[in-house]
Amino acid sequence: MKSAKSETLKGWALALPLLVVLLGFLLLPIVMITIVSFWQATEFSIIPAFSLENYEFLFGSSVTYKVFWATFRYALITWALTLLIGFTVAYYLAFHIRSSNVQTILFLVCTIPFLTSNIIRMISWIPFLGRNGIANQTLIGMGVINEPLEWLLYSDFSVILAFVHLYTLFMIVPIFNTMMRIDRSLIEAARDNGASGRQILTNVILPLSKPGIMIGTIFVLTLVMGDFITVRVMSGSQAANVGRLISNDISLLQYPSASATSVVLLVTVLLIIGTLMRFVNIRKEL
Amino acid sequence: MRTPNDLELAKLTKRYGDTVAVNGISHLFAPASYVCLLGPSGCGKSTTLRMIAGHESVSDGNIVLEGKEIAHLPPAQRGTAMMFQSYALFPHLSVRDNVAFSLKMKGVDKATRYAKANTLLELVAMTHLADRMPAQLSGGQQQRVALARALITEPRVLLLDEPLSALDPFLRIRMRAELKRLQRELEITFIHVTHGQDEALALADEVVVMNNAVIEQAGPPREVWGKPRTEFVARFMGGHNVVTVDGGRYAIRSDVIRIGAEGLPATTTGVEYQGDRVAVTTRTAADEEIVALMPEDAFFTQPINPGDAVQLGWDARWQHLLEA
Repeated sequence: MKSAKSETLKGWALALPLLVVLLGFLLLPIVMITIVSFWQATEFSIIPAFSLENYEFLFGSSVTYKVFWATFRYALITWALTLLIGFTVAYYLAFHIRSSNVQTILFLVCTIPFLTSNIIRMISWIPFLGRNGIANQTLIGMGVINEPLEWLLYSDFSVILAFVHLYTLFMIVPIFNTMMRIDRSLIEAARDNGASGRQILTNVILPLSKPGIMIGTIFVLTLVMGDFITVRVMSGSQAANVGRLISNDISLLQYPSASATSVVLLVTVLLIIGTLMRFVNIRKEL
Repeated sequence: MRTPNDLELAKLTKRYGDTVAVNGISHLFAPASYVCLLGPSGCGKSTTLRMIAGHESVSDGNIVLEGKEIAHLPPAQRGTAMMFQSYALFPHLSVRDNVAFSLKMKGVDKATRYAKANTLLELVAMTHLADRMPAQLSGGQQQRVALARALITEPRVLLLDEPLSALDPFLRIRMRAELKRLQRELEITFIHVTHGQDEALALADEVVVMNNAVIEQAGPPREVWGKPRTEFVARFMGGHNVVTVDGGRYAIRSDVIRIGAEGLPATTTGVEYQGDRVAVTTRTAADEEIVALMPEDAFFTQPINPGDAVQLGWDARWQHLLEA
């Protein structure tokens, strides 16, 4: 009996450091934000008194709905594209590359862009896509177009391009990881049962890759939903999303309003993830 | 005896670069028989099986089933089905869906394929677990499902890759009886790869012993065990001593070796109690190891200890000359 008790104690002691970190750096800030979101603010002061006016303003303004919708749209399109590219790349790496050395090398090649910062990778698109950028000049040179394409840069196109570029790896890695765990004899068994290549993909590989797809989805959704800098840089400050709403409030020192928007965003993202988790059990992947 | 529905391997060869995994083997399998491909690991038995199944390309030679060359057909069009070593059940599908998988691939509607799957689940006595997921089944149950899934394609030849190796010894003996019963009921050829000679002897109508990428000996189990052609077969099948007598190499069954007052002098090096018998290991002056299997009551009336000098004798009729 004595040892069982000391075992329990030891377990708690081992969990304590993580608990402290999570409490101090995750839970406490969220609690603070939630509290501040109920404070009042004027142009020049913040009043720590309970009030619902931030939320009233937020839910009463049509801008909120528009901006949230724009954010969802970015997230959805980025998700679809990163999934398509990520799944294809992961599938190629996992099932078409036979040598495990080549596999490792190609996988590392995928991560090389991540040795530079997000901002630099984003900005490097600008000279490429600009009005007199490489893309337009090449297209004109080839005679495909006469006028430079205006929608290449500072548009939804460039924002989504940057998102896809930045976040596809977050899709590739978990999907590749799940695919590598698929027992290769399952593929042979499927073939033995007369499945064609496409049928193997849809009936065996896709369902078994679901947990990886789900983890990648969570990464991409949370990253895109919470982003503000990509949208600002790539849209030339012409497009808005929830992140920019919050960052604008902060730059105007409107902390209570920023907090309220943050809380709504957090709840929205948690609801989406909660819904997704009901469909796929990712626990066995962790 | 040739019938239209038999399986034949003709100079079947598999090369991986410079290594030869299967070296030009030719063999005619009797129809509707239980065949065991037996050999140590790396002898090419699994490769042979996988070539018959179509999961390994054939470097040279051919495979003929029912008068049709099948070596270059895709696995599902060969008339063979394979049961995998780890069973390879689809973890995301229920037992019934696993069994019905090949019918789904053919586009058979749900009601028909479930009805067919249920018949096969009945055959392997798994109807009551049809809605479970593979992870909820024991090893033996998973194997039955794998069998049903392979048999639903109505193969003429069922290929089993070490089907019993993942089971505990007790279950293994029960499952092998079941495999034999199924084969007899279905009247198709089973080709069963194993490295356990007891399994092969217990199950097979025909044992094919492979070593170093070739077939060493093939025949009914009694013949392969009782009249080994080569020293390798004698040693691998077990129960034999290989002894040099007058310059010839002979196989002599361990259970016919008598320890008595006269005969070949030897020193006891080990005594192993095996329940019904006792294995006495001895070493002769020519430095050959000879094992004598004695009935346990005979042994204990006159026990022998390691280090004792003994005399070994046997009837000359038990001396079986080896070709190699």
